[in-house]
Amino acid sequence: MNKMNDNIIPTLNPVFAKRKAYREGSEHKPIWDLLDSVFDPELPGLTIWDLGILQDVRLIDGEWQIDVTPTYSGCPAVETINADVKAALKAAGYDKVKVNLVLSPAWSTEMMSPVGKAHLKSINIAPPHEEDRVQCPVCDSSNTKVVSQFGSTACKALYQCNDCFENFDYFKHF
Amino acid sequence: MNQQQQNLFRFLVALGDDSVVLSHRLSEWCSNGPYLEEDIALGNVALDYIGRARMFYQYACEVEGKGRTEDDIAYFRNEREYTNLLIHELPINDFAFTMVRQFFVDVFYCEYLKQLMNSSDETIAAIAAKAVKESRYHLKRSEPWIRQLAEGTDESLRRIKDALLELENFVGELFLMSDWEQSLVEQGIAVDRAKLQKDWDAYVQKFLGESNVHFPDSQLQIRGGREGIHTEHLGHMLSEMQYIQRTMPGLQW
Repeated sequence: MNKMNDNIIPTLNPVFAKRKAYREGSEHKPIWDLLDSVFDPELPGLTIWDLGILQDVRLIDGEWQIDVTPTYSGCPAVETINADVKAALKAAGYDKVKVNLVLSPAWSTEMMSPVGKAHLKSINIAPPHEEDRVQCPVCDSSNTKVVSQFGSTACKALYQCNDCFENFDYFKHF
Repeated sequence: MNQQQQNLFRFLVALGDDSVVLSHRLSEWCSNGPYLEEDIALGNVALDYIGRARMFYQYACEVEGKGRTEDDIAYFRNEREYTNLLIHELPINDFAFTMVRQFFVDVFYCEYLKQLMNSSDETIAAIAAKAVKESRYHLKRSEPWIRQLAEGTDESLRRIKDALLELENFVGELFLMSDWEQSLVEQGIAVDRAKLQKDWDAYVQKFLGESNVHFPDSQLQIRGGREGIHTEHLGHMLSEMQYIQRTMPGLQW
């Protein structure tokens, strides 16, 4: 991942900017684009690219190698995602596909795209915040409290808004 | 495998055993938690440890090169072949006990894994980098619980003290080095556990002290896990954990 583009828009966080530049510099654009149809099974509408777990697309000896890094090490969605990646590529005529589970670089919420964060908010999940200052996704109040450090999945915590009393998931900064 | 590979294999399996055994204990809280959110939280911590065990076991199998899988390691070894440190296998007891144990191991892993990230073995370093983030988050949850229980009612304080009395005897083993682990330290692969004890003691004593709880220094240090000598509890736990695979080997969901 050393094809750093010097013309990165400065407002993007550097980790995501590097990912974006890498993807744009890749010679396998059609495959990256095809994989934008693969969603995280637990987060409706969030693609694996936007979530930040899609790391690399390579063609090695006629075989497509797709690198995916798990969010949390015990994430049960990993196997579904592997199957979905293969299915998406197979549907487009790519039969020889291998999905590699890579541990390095370790996934972090910095790898998420701005589109992904906006999408989370649209489905009432508070997106990760660097200092864990959690805003209610419904009324935008910052007056919120943690109910439980784990929500419906390992990557989320359960919060409540003190102003509108909405209970919501917060996608943890990690 | 040569001697070096054997040591590495032993090390990976031991770390995997620590994780899988604690994970199973935590999972015993499913549907028994004090309330729904805590129930889910404990299940999620268990899930992180399962993931950690899988990573260590998968790499162990790769090093061994005999075609065994993580499931073979987890489900088809007996009690005496398990080499987890004893603190991980103790029964869940009450919620205070579970959280004190969690606090102890969280403090330990936050430092241990941080140092393991410098391992000269790239796979181990990558696993540690992944796992340390999870342990940091676990600590963020176990600390407020210890605080809340220690400063809560007489009953919750009594339970915290009971848990400390029981668990203090199992802390020393976290910092015990064996010859084979020492040789891995010399190769830059493993971490010298013994060097972490002073900081661990200081951190835990300070934290408990802020809630006016004294952590007694135990003279008794129960050990044996790394040699396969366990408390009477592990066999019972494994019989439950391994039952299905032992009855119907190779069964899949």
